[in-house]
Amino acid sequence: MRDITHLNITLDKSIVDYIEECRQKEHPESYLIAVLHKVQGIYGFLSEDHMYEVAHLLGVPTSTVYGVATFYHFFRLKPKGKYSISICMGTACFVKGADLVLQSFKNELGIDIKETTSDGLFSLEGTRCLGVCALAPVVTINDEVFGNVTPNQVPEILIKVKSIDKQAQ
Amino acid sequence: MNMINLKIDDFDIQVPEGTTIMQAADKVGAHVPRLCYHPYLSTDGACRICIVEVEGYRNFVASCHTLVAEGMKVRTNSAELRQTRRDLTELLLDNHPRACLTCDRDGNCELQNLSYRLGVRDRLFAGDRKRFPIEKDNTAIVRDAEKCILCRRCVRVCAEVQGVYNLSQMYRGFTTVVAPAFESKMDESVCIMCGQCINVCPTAAFSEKSHYDEVFDALSNPKKHVVVQVAPAIRVAIAEGWDILGVDATGKTVEALRRLGFDAIFDTNFGADLTIMEEANELINRIEKNEKLPLLTSCSPGWINFMEHFYPEMIPYASTCKSPMQMTSTLVKTYYAQKKGIDPKDIYSVAIMPCIAKKYEAGRQEHFAPEGYPYTDAVLTTRELIWMIKAMGIDFVNLPDSDFDDPLGESTGAAAIFGTTGGVMEAALRTAILKLTGKKPENLDFYDVRAIEGLKEATIKINGMELNVAVANGLANARKILDKIQSGEKQFHIIELMACPGGCVAGGGQPHQPAEQFVYPLDTHIISQRQAAIYSIDSNKSIRISAENPSIKKIYKEFLKKPGSEIAHNLLHTTYSEKYPRGVK
Repeated sequence: MRDITHLNITLDKSIVDYIEECRQKEHPESYLIAVLHKVQGIYGFLSEDHMYEVAHLLGVPTSTVYGVATFYHFFRLKPKGKYSISICMGTACFVKGADLVLQSFKNELGIDIKETTSDGLFSLEGTRCLGVCALAPVVTINDEVFGNVTPNQVPEILIKVKSIDKQAQ
Repeated sequence: MNMINLKIDDFDIQVPEGTTIMQAADKVGAHVPRLCYHPYLSTDGACRICIVEVEGYRNFVASCHTLVAEGMKVRTNSAELRQTRRDLTELLLDNHPRACLTCDRDGNCELQNLSYRLGVRDRLFAGDRKRFPIEKDNTAIVRDAEKCILCRRCVRVCAEVQGVYNLSQMYRGFTTVVAPAFESKMDESVCIMCGQCINVCPTAAFSEKSHYDEVFDALSNPKKHVVVQVAPAIRVAIAEGWDILGVDATGKTVEALRRLGFDAIFDTNFGADLTIMEEANELINRIEKNEKLPLLTSCSPGWINFMEHFYPEMIPYASTCKSPMQMTSTLVKTYYAQKKGIDPKDIYSVAIMPCIAKKYEAGRQEHFAPEGYPYTDAVLTTRELIWMIKAMGIDFVNLPDSDFDDPLGESTGAAAIFGTTGGVMEAALRTAILKLTGKKPENLDFYDVRAIEGLKEATIKINGMELNVAVANGLANARKILDKIQSGEKQFHIIELMACPGGCVAGGGQPHQPAEQFVYPLDTHIISQRQAAIYSIDSNKSIRISAENPSIKKIYKEFLKKPGSEIAHNLLHTTYSEKYPRGVK
């Protein structure tokens, strides 16, 4: 029997409604990934509170929700930074030293892949091929593309982004 | 049923459709080596050790989940199969700490046993090894993810047998780890601390939080009066520490405890008789007032944890009786302390339990005296007691028999059966019938509630009244019965609930199975031997009804007045509360 009176629901109503819709179908648990996509779509990441709410609303054990959320690379457990840095890990970029570029970002920011700096400004990700192999190695920061990046250029790039951010404020 | 003909090694065999190759091979005596497989759990095919060769198949197949087919030709052994199984085992070892000598599963580890049998003598693959901190400051369960080989037996037992779903596999590839949601500590998860993950783990990825150092310290402290009690399920399992199965070793256990240096040795069975007095009284009251029915038993702390996390709305129905362990401990630091003229603060109270959740129960705030000390100071599992006896060089097998001490040492057959599923119900019925009808039941054996299966319902006629009872063991079965009640499908007067499948005899703190090739954790033969020993203790007792225990009569006369009295209520009853995180239903 479902009892959710103990839940303090903070999820957006559209998600709660969608889960309710899923519960009317056969095998509601099979919609878990779809629900998590919607949560990440609205909030940018999956918080523990949201995963806990999804588990209880959908009737899937919390451990299963977390297991699925950590299994798929697409899901993020921490919010993205204001500037999301993606380093292309495709074949061309990789052979031209993308791993060194990534390492340089990690060192400069003090964070690992899928993490966000404590000021919330930067987050780091490795991506699949972006289709601009001629510019390898390629880095994107939000929508801006940086080509032929070397590890030494990383501090410069970060300073540039920070100054743009300051001007915008 | 369709029958399938196939050939396994040199044997032609006919088996029903739907049989796995492994089951068919077992029938011809070809015991394919296996690791993640467990007969009571779903098949996972995680370890690949049970691979066999099937003629016409390109690859080896895992025999645990490949079904037989007509005309199949299977080989369970070949040079290549043996080499592959050995390689697979070596790869598991490569990602496993080299800690066998100091590991508490040394000697009955299934991985150790397997690698020995498969002839792993060197470690050829030197590679990176996964690193995780040991989670050892929990109240009951220690989780050591480095020793985990990802067989997922714990995940399966937690979900399929216990219905708790606390454990799952997180992340992927090299970083895969089995943990509760959000990788929280076991203490901060929906874990109900039954310890079945410890029982089914082939290695020591899960183990109990040990208390034996503290107990040894207390024993060597001359200022402490160290008191111990022994649960009903210990005496029928402890001899397994010396490879003796299914015997009642009560006398030797008491003697061993005396030689370990305990100052007084009491019987949790006494507390069980007392629990029956209080619980029968509670049941009769509720039936008379027709309120808060069904009465849910409260002896199993794993079940209590489950109720608090998953079914808090059922809390009003639970018996308020403390468990036999807590009743005994409470009386040790009140009644016994007064009688002996000892300050309860100088008493160190130890309980030997077949249970992991008891370690948690002992530390619950509800079980502290108003003066701020716990009624139970330490809980040792059967395994820990076996280690202590061995550590002290006590020749257990050749010990003479010894008796429990007064005033908390005398017990009836009704108390003995608390250690197995259905026992609390049977014991309660014996006393309830005596109280309701004023005369002894003609037949004291209630076979209808002796639940070998996980869930049993029965109707008992007393004085023309029909008493609907149910017995559930394994929490997945508890869920079924609770959902039935909540949906209004069925009404009961009393339900016995035990967290562990089979009751306390199969508790999370009982001895591990011997490291033999054909024995699984929770082996039905071992569990049923323990149960048989318990029933033989019961049938050999001259007094088999709790209400007729002379020591129980005496303690009510001297101290507790009558069941449900104010003092009994203050000392022997407790409260429960909703726990977070809430389990998903």
